Amino acid sequence: MTDQSAAEATAASVQPGGRQRAFAEFWHYYSMNTGAVIGLVVFALLVLVAIFAPLVAPHSPDEQFRDALLAPPAWQEGGKSMFLLGTDAVGRDMLSRLIFGARFSLFIGLVVVVFSLTSGIILGVLAGYFRGWVDTLIMRVMDIILAFPSLLLALVLVAILGPGLFNAMLAIALVLQPHFARLTRAAVMAEKNREYVVSAKVAGASHIRLMLVTILPNCVAPLIVQATLSFSNAILEAAALGFLGVGAQPPTPEWGTMLASAREFILRAPWVVTFPGLAILITVLAINLIGDGLRDAFDPKLKRS
Amino acid sequence: MLRYLLHKLALIVPTVFGISLAAFAFVRLLPGDPILALAGERGVSPERYAQLLEQFGYNRPYVIQYLEYIGRVLTGDFGISIATKRPVLGEFQALFPATLELATIALIIAVLLGIPAGIFAAIKRGSWFDQATMGVALTGYSMPIFWWGLLLIIFFSGYLGWTPVSGRIGLQYFFKPTTGFMLIDSLISGKSGAFRSAASHLVLPAIVLATIPLAVIARQTRSAMLEVLGEDYVRTARAKGLAPRRVIGLHAFRNALIPVVTTIGLQVGTLMAGAILTETIFSWPGIGKWMIDAIGKRDYVVVQSGLLIIALIVMAVNLIVDVLYAVINPRIRVQ
Amino acid sequence: MKKKLTFAAALLAASVIGGMANAKQLVYCSEAAPAGFDPSPWSGGNDFDASSRTIYSRLVEFEHGKTTISPGLAESWTVSDDGLEYTFKLRPGVKFQTTDYFTPTRDLNADDVIFSFERQWKKENPWYSYLEGTGWEYFTGMGFPDLLKEIVKVDDLTVKFVLNKPEVAFLPDLGMDFASIVSKEYADQLDKAGTRQQFTQKPIGTGPFQFVDYQVDAVVRYAAWDGYYGGRQKIDDLIFAITTDPAVRAQKLKAGECDIMSYPAPADIAGLQADTNLKVDEQEGLNIGYLAYNTTMPPFDKVEVRKALNMAVNKKAIIDAVYQGAGQPATNPIPPTMWSYNKDIKDDPYDPEAAKKTLADAGVKDLSMKIWAMPVSRPYNPNAQRVAEMIQADYAAVGVKAEIVSYEWTEYRERGKQKDRDGAFQLGWTGDNGDPDNFLFLLGCDAIGQSNYAIWCNKEFEDLLKKGKATTDVAERTKIYEEAQVVFKREAPWLTIAHSKVFMPMNKRVSGFVMDPLGIHRFDGVDVTE
Repeated sequence: MTDQSAAEATAASVQPGGRQRAFAEFWHYYSMNTGAVIGLVVFALLVLVAIFAPLVAPHSPDEQFRDALLAPPAWQEGGKSMFLLGTDAVGRDMLSRLIFGARFSLFIGLVVVVFSLTSGIILGVLAGYFRGWVDTLIMRVMDIILAFPSLLLALVLVAILGPGLFNAMLAIALVLQPHFARLTRAAVMAEKNREYVVSAKVAGASHIRLMLVTILPNCVAPLIVQATLSFSNAILEAAALGFLGVGAQPPTPEWGTMLASAREFILRAPWVVTFPGLAILITVLAINLIGDGLRDAFDPKLKRS
Repeated sequence: MLRYLLHKLALIVPTVFGISLAAFAFVRLLPGDPILALAGERGVSPERYAQLLEQFGYNRPYVIQYLEYIGRVLTGDFGISIATKRPVLGEFQALFPATLELATIALIIAVLLGIPAGIFAAIKRGSWFDQATMGVALTGYSMPIFWWGLLLIIFFSGYLGWTPVSGRIGLQYFFKPTTGFMLIDSLISGKSGAFRSAASHLVLPAIVLATIPLAVIARQTRSAMLEVLGEDYVRTARAKGLAPRRVIGLHAFRNALIPVVTTIGLQVGTLMAGAILTETIFSWPGIGKWMIDAIGKRDYVVVQSGLLIIALIVMAVNLIVDVLYAVINPRIRVQ
Repeated sequence: MKKKLTFAAALLAASVIGGMANAKQLVYCSEAAPAGFDPSPWSGGNDFDASSRTIYSRLVEFEHGKTTISPGLAESWTVSDDGLEYTFKLRPGVKFQTTDYFTPTRDLNADDVIFSFERQWKKENPWYSYLEGTGWEYFTGMGFPDLLKEIVKVDDLTVKFVLNKPEVAFLPDLGMDFASIVSKEYADQLDKAGTRQQFTQKPIGTGPFQFVDYQVDAVVRYAAWDGYYGGRQKIDDLIFAITTDPAVRAQKLKAGECDIMSYPAPADIAGLQADTNLKVDEQEGLNIGYLAYNTTMPPFDKVEVRKALNMAVNKKAIIDAVYQGAGQPATNPIPPTMWSYNKDIKDDPYDPEAAKKTLADAGVKDLSMKIWAMPVSRPYNPNAQRVAEMIQADYAAVGVKAEIVSYEWTEYRERGKQKDRDGAFQLGWTGDNGDPDNFLFLLGCDAIGQSNYAIWCNKEFEDLLKKGKATTDVAERTKIYEEAQVVFKREAPWLTIAHSKVFMPMNKRVSGFVMDPLGIHRFDGVDVTE
């Protein structure tokens, strides 16, 4: 009994140093992946741009320059240097809208990941730890959610909740959440019978302590990778909902919504369609590069070969 | 094997029940009013409203409505569309082949390009081919496909004029559908140029729809191959002096195939979600567009039954994949 | 199946005889799939284009491109002095279409006419409820159940309509789509076969084109009906290629995949006009797009406030940005092409300074309000969301904060009708006959809770409206309605936004297409050159 506690205590006291070392090793592998580093840099830039949007953007995203409707980008004939990427149908500066749009996209990704990660972890831990009918119930509900194509389900949910950015985020979080639940459950089941858990259990740790403090930290790696993936997925899905007219509502400068409301100008003013799409692509690509880097850095098997 | 199958089927029953309940509940939760949606811009008198409410049974308790609905579904009656008054199942049958054809071709493109690309990338790990392929794959994976579709239309249909803008076949070709697959029907029709026309209409939407599955399959194949190539027995085979081609072909690929098959199966859901966007962009008359229109028009009956049918199809495909998986990998059956 | 196939082939072959291989084909890129091919249960313009205007004919017809009527299936008619009895002489020898699914044994007669109306009217008629939940909304909406007393067969070719009260618009009403004449013989045949559903899926009429095939949500095919009483059409095949996205329709037209299209997006018009293979017909639309204040809610119950907000909006900018120039700023609630349009009325000028001052004088400070935006594009307002954004910016310039709200389309209209609706509501109207009352009734006291989204009941206006309806002399009515417009502008229940133009882009090889003021697309009389 005392031995066990002592062992636990030493394990705990060793951990900080171990963590630092683990992180150093992790960073070593991560930084070897050029793509992942590029992704990280682009993402950091996007975050900075989003935070400092009012300082970076040349104009207000809502200001309508009525004498410059659909002005082309500055380098094209007829473009004005004042509007680097041109203006939209009511004369708003594209660049400024894109910059403010970064806020929305990152915010969407963050909120969706927080929502779906939290609820997914709770459900997954409950299911994997308690098994039995709790497990069955939770996993059947997850199966039901997964049986509907994600976008279709999100569309119906948004139709129920009413169009809008917040409701779109809720719908996407709900659709993405089973992945976290499944992953957590599998990890918890795998860890549950390991020695350290059994010993902690014998030492009298409570259910909650066992679930959250002992088991969960050991499932973190796959969850982080999944969270990164969900971040980019959330941005894509929110943009798709915006494109179908049920996501963020104009005049919100959300990229998908901008694309949707500019669609009619696809031939006359391609820039109002091209740039928002490009912004989505770059952001999602950067995050996916990070996700790949994280996965490789976490996964010892691939490192070996 | 039979026990495994029965076990899987037993698991599915409560899920199917849950799906039907979810589809039913979603539709009741939708704001708006089906009767008013039906009446259109001119509105409807209160008496007429009450009469229609009675006729459609929307004034009965939900439990009764649900049980009646399930009862009808079990006899193959999925209801009558509010907007068109046609049976939902009939509309589905008329439109589903278009989606199925599009999705099948997309999946074929994804598999035929994705698997070889993944294999070569794995074999030549770190080469420029590997890096380029994986770069392209990740870009494809990150693509907002609604935007990608628009770009392709602008370029290939608008600027170059190589492909038609929308539709399934040139309008000069007219024949009654036999299979519902335009590629096959156009061949059966025996009209010269019909097949070519059908293929040229299909190519852009299929490419757009194939983009994400292609990227996923290529990436998955590569990592599965890498994993297998690193296993001891492959090294042994190599050490024994077996020709590399044999090693890759016989040993490595067969084992790498297992996760790849699962991945391909999982793409069915992705394809359905993608079909919604692709069909919207290309005015492709399939069930994705049908569902979007139904949600927009508040055609409650179509939304409810459409959700149910689509979810059942996705489940059925997942079941088939599970079974296939068990066939390839006997170990799984024991669990 | 196989038999049908060969039959259809034979039919096609029959329709191309003379032209041999190069049948004259016209492809119309239409905006939406028809709900069905029975002309009476549905009320969408796209439903009418695909059914009543192609397959069917009516007792009287609107002249091409006009709102005046001319004889159709009825050769002539007489009206009793009390205006209660209309007796129609039917045209002899009118043939219903012969297709692979129906071969008529007799010509059109009085039974068909009576059947066409009674099925929408009498609940005991077995065809009244042949489609689940059919409302016959148009028939009901036009007040026919109250108007009709009885329809009498005088002889095979003579029908008498007896009304409960005189109705000036009865003849034009009979030219409307819901009044299309269907075949009783066909209905009886389907009754016997137990396949009533087929009535709307495989239609039979007496119109210029007969139905050939419908691929759900994709293509409708018609062939010229050889036995059409008005003479066989010059084109052999008429094809509706259903293309919901206006940008794709425009692309298809440019690519030669269709010959003519409906409702181009304003953004595409310049590009279509510039294309040397195309021509773009245009016409002033018989419509109005407006923003209705809730005139019962303070501070919008004050005329000055409504006037001030009207002055704050730069309509010209809206016309440029949203209508892309394809419209004109609206002053009156009726369009300028309508008789009795009052040209002397001056619009509220765009004057933000004056608006600010008026608001201040009225004691309105820090006003914040809602602007409602329809979720769909309509001919009278192609992009309500964008209009709302622009009004929002204009209001901000005079210190009024506005929030944009939108709901699903049916819900939008339902919520808009509520008497306690919060905010100014965008909507519009497209006329369905050429009468000013068809626009002004929108603002009548009776229409509150229905189509009066301003919830505005003005005694003076209401009296003029009633007087206009009871008057038959056009000159006198003109005066009445001119005055009603003065009252309207003085009281400003609406911000009148725009009358849009309607465009019809088509390939240069198309000739004979006439744009219709009521927004109907008719293809009889159209020809194509090879």
